[in-house]
Amino acid sequence: MSEQSRKVIPRAQLAKIVLIPVLMFGFGFALVPLYDVFCDITGLNGKTGRIEVSTVNANEIDTSRTIEVRFLANTASGLPWSFEPIVRKMQVHPGKVYEAQYRVRSSSDAETFGQAIPSVSPGLAARHFNKTECFCFNEQKLAGRETRDMPLRFIIGNDLDDKIEHITLSYTFFSIDKS
Amino acid sequence: MTTATTHDDAHDDHGPAKGLMRWVTTTNHKDIGTLYLWLAFIMLLTGGSMAMVIRAELFQPGLQFVKPEFFNQMTTMHGLIMVFGAIMPAFVGLANWLIPMQIGAPDMALPRMNNWSFWILPFAFTMLASTLLMEGGAPAFGWTFYAPLSTTFAPDSTDYFIFAVHLMGISSVMGAINVIATILNMRAPGMTLMKMPLFVWTWLITAYLLIAVMPVLAGAVTMMLTDRHFDTSFFDAAGGGDPVMFQHIFWFFGHPEVYIMILPAFGIISAIVPTFARKPLFGYSSMVYASASIAILSFMVWAHHMFTTGMPVAGELYFMYATILISVPTGVKVFNWVSTMWKGSMTFETPMLWALGFIVMFTIGGFSGLMLGVAPVDTQYHDTYFVVAHFHYVLVTGALYSIIAAFYYWVPKWTGNMYSETHGKIHFWWSTISVNVLFFPQHFVGLAGMPRRIPDYSLQFAEFNAISSIGGFAFGLAQVYFLYIIIKTIKGGEKATDKVWEGATGLEFEALPSPAPYHSFDTAPEIK
Amino acid sequence: MTFNKMSGRLPATITSVMSMLFISSAQADYALNMTQGVTPISREIFSLHMIVFWICVAIGVVVFLTMAWSILHHRKSKGAVAANFHESTTVEIVWTVVPLLILIAIAIPATGTLLDLEDAETDAEVTVQVTGIQWKWKYNYVDEGVEFISSLAQSSRDVIKDPTGNENYLLEVDEPIVLPINKKIRFLFTSDDVIHAWWVPALAVKQDANPGFINDSWAIIEEPGTYRGQCAELCGKDHGFMPIVVEAVTETEYKQWIAAKKSEAAAIAASADKEWAMQDLLAKGEAVYQANCAACHGPTGAGIPGVFPAMTSSPVVTGDVAGHVDIVMNGRSGTAMAAYKGQLSDVDLAAVITFERNSLGNSMGDTVQPSAIKNAR
Repeated sequence: MSEQSRKVIPRAQLAKIVLIPVLMFGFGFALVPLYDVFCDITGLNGKTGRIEVSTVNANEIDTSRTIEVRFLANTASGLPWSFEPIVRKMQVHPGKVYEAQYRVRSSSDAETFGQAIPSVSPGLAARHFNKTECFCFNEQKLAGRETRDMPLRFIIGNDLDDKIEHITLSYTFFSIDKS
Repeated sequence: MTTATTHDDAHDDHGPAKGLMRWVTTTNHKDIGTLYLWLAFIMLLTGGSMAMVIRAELFQPGLQFVKPEFFNQMTTMHGLIMVFGAIMPAFVGLANWLIPMQIGAPDMALPRMNNWSFWILPFAFTMLASTLLMEGGAPAFGWTFYAPLSTTFAPDSTDYFIFAVHLMGISSVMGAINVIATILNMRAPGMTLMKMPLFVWTWLITAYLLIAVMPVLAGAVTMMLTDRHFDTSFFDAAGGGDPVMFQHIFWFFGHPEVYIMILPAFGIISAIVPTFARKPLFGYSSMVYASASIAILSFMVWAHHMFTTGMPVAGELYFMYATILISVPTGVKVFNWVSTMWKGSMTFETPMLWALGFIVMFTIGGFSGLMLGVAPVDTQYHDTYFVVAHFHYVLVTGALYSIIAAFYYWVPKWTGNMYSETHGKIHFWWSTISVNVLFFPQHFVGLAGMPRRIPDYSLQFAEFNAISSIGGFAFGLAQVYFLYIIIKTIKGGEKATDKVWEGATGLEFEALPSPAPYHSFDTAPEIK
Repeated sequence: MTFNKMSGRLPATITSVMSMLFISSAQADYALNMTQGVTPISREIFSLHMIVFWICVAIGVVVFLTMAWSILHHRKSKGAVAANFHESTTVEIVWTVVPLLILIAIAIPATGTLLDLEDAETDAEVTVQVTGIQWKWKYNYVDEGVEFISSLAQSSRDVIKDPTGNENYLLEVDEPIVLPINKKIRFLFTSDDVIHAWWVPALAVKQDANPGFINDSWAIIEEPGTYRGQCAELCGKDHGFMPIVVEAVTETEYKQWIAAKKSEAAAIAASADKEWAMQDLLAKGEAVYQANCAACHGPTGAGIPGVFPAMTSSPVVTGDVAGHVDIVMNGRSGTAMAAYKGQLSDVDLAAVITFERNSLGNSMGDTVQPSAIKNAR
């Protein structure tokens, strides 16, 4: 390695060398909103939306359309709960707020914690399926042997694709280990 | 560059160092190419013997030799070793040997990194193979390692697998950087981009693909690692993640990866066919553009591996259209090769036989690929032996055939010895007949409903599986015979002429003697 | 022995391959080609498959014949002199545009079929939730409240070393799923553990069952019969051993079956109230253990070191009853141990827990009564 080989890096090149990693790093963070947009457009992931009560009232109720909503409930292994919908299906109009109830019962003597994860089929309906209140927003705690009815208030957007006449909403309760 | 002159003068025509340390410390592109090729061959035999275990178990219905969990370890390790251990290093080995000679460069641009990128690999594969001896066994979730089978439900050895994949990725990225730096900076004066041999072109494109997607793979395995040990939930619905997201990430790597394994093959075939047809390659520039468009399209079709995961219909339609579109540039390549042969003056030495075998059987693999791309029909094909037949036609009779063709084509230049034409032809016919006996019946069992990755099957699939296994054993044996041919050719044989082939073109044949000297093109050749 | 069997089969196979090449697609043989199936979608898919196949054959014939012609005629040994053409923009455009047109011809019917295939949400008359569990299927007729587990039949398990002569080896289950013909059936898929895929070729339904998510698909079965399929996504050790059997029956038979299932469930629930003797529990428990637990914990309770824990001298099994019952009923999150409360009846659970505590090298000497399980639910 001689003296000459330690050349000064030209300004333009230095700028590039600095800029490229910054852009790459920035792109990593930009991916978060990009993925949100991507999933929103394609309906991937099937996650449901959450909206505030205030925006609900602005919606108009479309009584000309009736959509059947079916409720499913699953419990993942490790959670000593039984979990099922009280009403298995409902006929609803887009734009109107409805309430459905799920019943959970713990068969454990101890306090247990669970988190419900929603999934909607067809996936494209997911972003039109909005909730103002849901037990899935927070983790749930059940005392030993407790039975509880948990509410879900939802509204289906007016902009739901015309072809969709039936929506299935499924919840899976997963155990949260607190120890 | 001026500083280097004094240094070079002192060692003007030094040959390789002696002994084992020559191979450990070498920075010579030819030595490193040789190391890569030997590693690839050892891995081919290792992965191949795992395939023999698979075919032995599948020879008859019922479980005779191995347990289902060991069978799954075999399919997983077979896939990983063949993809990352055999095909990819073989192409890097060929790139090391050929790119400097084909563009008139004295060596690769970054020789020390070159040494490092090779020497990582033996450790990576030792680590991967060592999982077979661990408690709980090797990874058994398929080479695609879908979560949550590879996270929550995986054996402890999965962490070694993750580390091994990281090492392979680092090695590949370093190799790719080296290839790009060499091609862009070290071409002889007058060697413009559009004068480069197609092997150099396809490798340049491949190297960009590698740099683009290997970090994605590294990201996928890192997310697996944090899901397994650090309480993240990327792929776990319980914490708000999504197991299907794993497949999106994996295939965003995996589909370009498929082209990483086939683009250099296109370059090899585009070198061999003109030589033996004694006619220039038809449509050179369209070949370059076709390779580039295949590479670009490869980033936009990943979810065609996931038509049954419950994608929204708009997504399925898009991925179907984009996927079948790839058959256009691929078709252009096949048509160009056929036109190169048309009205040529052909002879059929061993490399040409392998190249012709490639064209025919790769095209068959391409047809089944088109069929698989049609989303509604993929409902029936997906995850069956039809898929297994498809990707073995493109990877064995495609990628592997091109590597073997390249060996026969360039080995006289590497060693100065001609291989035995009789042995080469026996090797070709033996392999070609057995490989079709091996893989063609798999189309039938797949269509008839046999899922892939099962250790045992119902009686209706028995005949074709037995035939397939017989083909498999014969094909495996043919590659042991290939080992004999390789050793025999290195040890001696008829001396090769400098040009080797009557119709050969390119700097390595026209400007260098056979065998090529340890240091070639110390002064840049003149390109007319 | 094997070879005699083989040599008998080989000529037959070769003949059938040959005949396949000459007989038209109308007589598709199940063993060589895709099944036409028994639903409108499966027929659409089959004809699309044949269209694409014949297009590929046609292109293949043109390309390979051209290649063969030049290999035969343009060879040096025949005195061929190489021409020197190596470029033609016109030709390149032609062989870019023509394949493009062919692709459009494929894409149009494919789009139609795909849209039909994805139309699971309209007018379904029967809804079945299908849950993949390592390594069996749970079916839940959500409108009827009928739920059961379907796993590989014992007759297949018994002959795993040499299944010769067992016609439906690995394609038979203990309890098939019964569906009415000529009704639109909606399937909803999910999984309890890893990803599975429910595939019945004759119905052209193949859909992944993802844990925590639901997927859908549909079928209208037009002919009564028995249709067999398998799991089509690698789901661990016994991926190859979780078949699916669909019995398609008339609507009346379907209604009878539903009624029978309901009374069967009531009878099982009632049997939980009586007191069971130790030997009855052990006998029943062994059967339940071999069908549900042996896949992981081993037929003798040895487990698989490093992957699945042993039953013999296990701290859970030899520990207190409540803990043992809890793990069997509710599973253990983050592991392959499933929750069996939704899979087994009170009696089965009591029997298998009693069996585990008093067999497989353990001798705790205590029994667990079905009534105790009922209380623990």
